[in-house]
Amino acid sequence: MIQRKLIIALAGNANVGKSVIFNYFTGLHQHIGNWPGKTVERAEGTLCFRDYTIDIIDLPGIYSLSTYSLEELVSRKYIAVERPDLVINVVDASVLERNLFFTLQLMELETPMVVALNQVDIAKRKGIEIDTEKLEQLLGVPVVPTVATKGIGMSQLLERAIEVIEKGQTTRREVRYGEEVEERIARITETLQGIQFYYPGRYVAVKLLEGDEEIAREVARLAPQAADAAKKLADEIENLHGHPYSTVITSERYEAAGRVARQAQKLVPPVKPTTEERLHNITTHRIAGYLIMVFSLLLIFYAIFTFGNYTSDLLNNLFSGLKPFSTSLFGTGIVGDLVWGGVAEGLIAGVTVALPYIIPFYIVLYFLEDSGYLSRVAFLMDNVMHKIGLHGKAFIPMMLGYGCNVPACLGCRIMETERERTLAAFVTTLVPCAARTVIILGLVGHFIGIQWALVLYVFDLLVIFSLGRLAFRVLPGEPSALIMEMADYRMPDLKTVLKETWFRLAEFIKIAFPLIIVGSLVLKAADVFGLLNPVANMLSPVTVTWLGLPVITGVTLIFGVLRKELSLILLATLLAPVGLQALTPVQMVVFTLVAMFYIPCVATISALVREFGGRKALFITLFEVVFAIILGGVAFRLLTLVP
Amino acid sequence: MPKKATPMSSQSIEDYLKAFYILSRNGKSVSTTEIAEHFKIAPASVTEMLKKLAKKGYVKYSPYHGAYLTHKGFQVAEKITRKHRLLERFLHDVLRIRKDKVHIEACAMEHALSDEAEESLCRFLSHPDRCPDDGKIIPACDLPFSTCAECVELHKKDFEESGRRQRVPVSISQLKQGERGTVSFIRGEHKILQRLSDMGLTPGTEVTVVKSAPFHGPLEILVRGSRLALGRGMTEIIFVEAGKV
Repeated sequence: MIQRKLIIALAGNANVGKSVIFNYFTGLHQHIGNWPGKTVERAEGTLCFRDYTIDIIDLPGIYSLSTYSLEELVSRKYIAVERPDLVINVVDASVLERNLFFTLQLMELETPMVVALNQVDIAKRKGIEIDTEKLEQLLGVPVVPTVATKGIGMSQLLERAIEVIEKGQTTRREVRYGEEVEERIARITETLQGIQFYYPGRYVAVKLLEGDEEIAREVARLAPQAADAAKKLADEIENLHGHPYSTVITSERYEAAGRVARQAQKLVPPVKPTTEERLHNITTHRIAGYLIMVFSLLLIFYAIFTFGNYTSDLLNNLFSGLKPFSTSLFGTGIVGDLVWGGVAEGLIAGVTVALPYIIPFYIVLYFLEDSGYLSRVAFLMDNVMHKIGLHGKAFIPMMLGYGCNVPACLGCRIMETERERTLAAFVTTLVPCAARTVIILGLVGHFIGIQWALVLYVFDLLVIFSLGRLAFRVLPGEPSALIMEMADYRMPDLKTVLKETWFRLAEFIKIAFPLIIVGSLVLKAADVFGLLNPVANMLSPVTVTWLGLPVITGVTLIFGVLRKELSLILLATLLAPVGLQALTPVQMVVFTLVAMFYIPCVATISALVREFGGRKALFITLFEVVFAIILGGVAFRLLTLVP
Repeated sequence: MPKKATPMSSQSIEDYLKAFYILSRNGKSVSTTEIAEHFKIAPASVTEMLKKLAKKGYVKYSPYHGAYLTHKGFQVAEKITRKHRLLERFLHDVLRIRKDKVHIEACAMEHALSDEAEESLCRFLSHPDRCPDDGKIIPACDLPFSTCAECVELHKKDFEESGRRQRVPVSISQLKQGERGTVSFIRGEHKILQRLSDMGLTPGTEVTVVKSAPFHGPLEILVRGSRLALGRGMTEIIFVEAGKV
C-alpha cells in the first residue's frame, strides 16, 4: 500500500495541554526549529497512522488570530497560506468560553478541523460537565473528549481527523454576527468577489470590519477600490453601534462563544474549593506567596548545586582517566597537546557543566512551568520587574539564566515587544549562570566563606536592578503592562517536562559545544606557540595595575570567554603548586566580580546575535567588558581600604 | 486653599471633595484629623465644614468615625480631579511648565474649566492616562463611550445627542478585593484594545477582582470563567461600572 502524506496542525490557547498531545503523537520523532526568518519556535514531528504518514506541526499557544503578536501572525498565515490538511484545535474543557473564542476564529478561516476537548477530567472536578454531542452539533465540527496526560481519546481523535480529511467537512456552522454586521459582511464580500486571497472571502470581510491592518494592506494591494468601500462600511457600523468596529466584532464573537459554551456545559460548582484553588490562593498570597517563592527557589538552587558539585567532580575524575589513552594515541607533542588540551578538555568541561547542573535545573524549572507555578511567580514579581521597565513574565527568563544564559536569551521571546526582549536579554546576561556559580562558590565561597559568596549574589541582584533601570531609561519607549492567564494548577506531565529539557539541552549543545571546542583549540594553539604570555603582559596595565590581580589572570580571563568556569580551573593550574590560595582574599573577590560580569560567554554572545542581531550583541558585550573592568578596579581600591 | 468662611463657595466645596477623593483610597472613610492635616487647618473647622457638606448631600458624616463621599459627592470630586489632572498634563506637555509647578497652576484653573473644554482637552492630549507630577490616574469622563476612538469619531457629529453617563465608571484598579463590575470603557489605542478584548475583556463583560499583589502590584481578576493577571498599566485603563451585575 502506498503511504499517503498528511499535514496536521495543533492549535489552541496556551496551557491547554497542546504539547502533551504533540508529544503523545510524535514521541521521539520531533524536530524543533524556528519559523523561517522569525524568532518563533516551530515544533514538528511525524507519526504513522494506518497507511498515512502524518506530519504534525505544533503551533504556538495563542488566544486569538489577530496580529497582536508574531505568534498570532505566524499561526494565521500558516493555516491560511500553507493550508495543512487539518487543524486539531485543542480546547481546555474547564475554560470553555475563552477557548471557543479561538475555535470560532479557526472556523472562520474555513480550515478543516477537529476539536480536542482536553482536560475533561479537570473540568469535571471543577463541576463543569460538557455535552460533547451538543457541542459538536452547535459547532458543526467533530468534538472528541480527551485526557492527553493519560492518553485517553487520542486514537479516536486521529480517527475523526482522518475521517474529516477523507470525506471533507461539510457540516461546519458559520459564526453569525448581529444583523448590521452581517449586512455589511455581505456587501463587502460582494465587492471582493473575484479577487483571489489566501483567506476565505467572508473572513477577509470580517477582518476588514475589525480594522485588521495586515488584511487591509493585502486588500489595498490587490483591490484598492474594495478597500475603500470596506472602510466606509466599517465606519457605518461604528455610527450604528456607537462602538468602534473592532470591539463590536470581538464582543459579538465572544458572545457567540459564550452562547455555545452555556448551551453545551452544565455547571455544578463544587462546595469546597478544590485543592488546586487552595494551592493557588496560598502561592499568590501577599505574604505567604513570597515566603513560599523565596523558600522554594533557594531550596531548588541549593539542591541543584549540591547535586551538581558532586556529579561534576565524579565526571571530571572519570574523564581525566581518559588522558593516557589520548596520549598513547596522539603522543605528547604538539598534536597530542592540541587534541587533549584543545578538543577533549573543551568537550569534557562542556559535559561536566552541562550534565550535572543544567539538566537538573531545567527539569525542575519546566516541572514548575508545566504545573503553572511560574505564572504565579510572574504575578508576584511583576511589581519588581516594572522598576526595570519589564513586566512579571521577564522573571522567567531571568530564572532560566541561573542555569545557563543561552536558553535564557532564547526564553526572552515570551516578552511582547522588541524593546522588552532586548531589555530582558541584557538583564539575563548579568544573571550568574551555573558556570559563574562555580567560580563564586569555588573561589570566594570555598576560601573566604559562604557568607561572602552570598554577599556577591545579593550584590549581583543589585547590579541587575540598577543596570536594568539604566537600560530602561536609555532605551526609548513605553513599557507594556502584564496581561497573562493564570491557568489552574495541574500535575505536570513528566514526559513533556523531560522532552522540553532535552530540547533546551540540545539547543545548548548545538550552540555552545562547537564554539567551545573551536575556541579551546585556538587558545591551546596560542599556548603551544607561546602567544599567551605576550598577550597576558599586554593586558597587565588592566589586570595588574588597575585590578590588582596577578599577570596570569589576563590569560585565564581570555579563556573565560569560552566558558566562565574555565577561567577558575585554569587559574588553579597556572598558580600550581600553591594553587588558588596564592591569591589574597581581595584578589579573590575582585577576580570573581570581574568574572561574573566581564563578558557574556561565546555561546551567549552567539545566542544574542541570533536573537537580536550583531549590533545589539556587540553593544551588550562591550558594555559589560567596560563595566566589569571599572567595577573590579573600584572594588579593588575600596576593599584594600578595609583591613 | 479653602478658608473657614461661610457660606461655602462652589470652589471650596470642590476643593474639599477633591481632597476627600485623594485621601479616601478604596472608599474608606476619612478621619477629621487627616483632613485637618491635609489643609493645615484646625480640626474644629473641619468638623464644621463636614457638617455643611453632609447637609448638601456630598458626604456621609458621623462624629468620631470621620466621613466618606456619597455617590453625588464622588461624582463632583471625580470630575474636578479629572479636570485638575488633565490641566496638569496640558501645562506640562504643551506649555512646558515644570513638573513641580503644574499642581498649583491647575488648582487655580480647574474650577473655571467647562465640561466641554475638558472633553476637548482630553482629545487634544490624546486621552492621557496619568497626571505628570505624581503619576496618578486621570479618572474617566462621563461620556457614554466604551473607547476613546468612539469619542474622537463621534464628536465631529452630534456630541450632545449621545448624552451623559448616570455613573462615571471607575478603573478596576480602584475596586476592592471581591468587588465586581461591568466593563464600560477602555482607554487606549487599537492594539491594546484588541489585546484586551481578545483576552475576553470586551465592553459589557463582568469582571471580579480576586486579589492584588502587594505594593501596588498586578491584580488577579476573574473574567469569563478564567483567571487573569493584569499589570497596573492595564488595570488603570479598564473602567467598570461597579456593583452592576
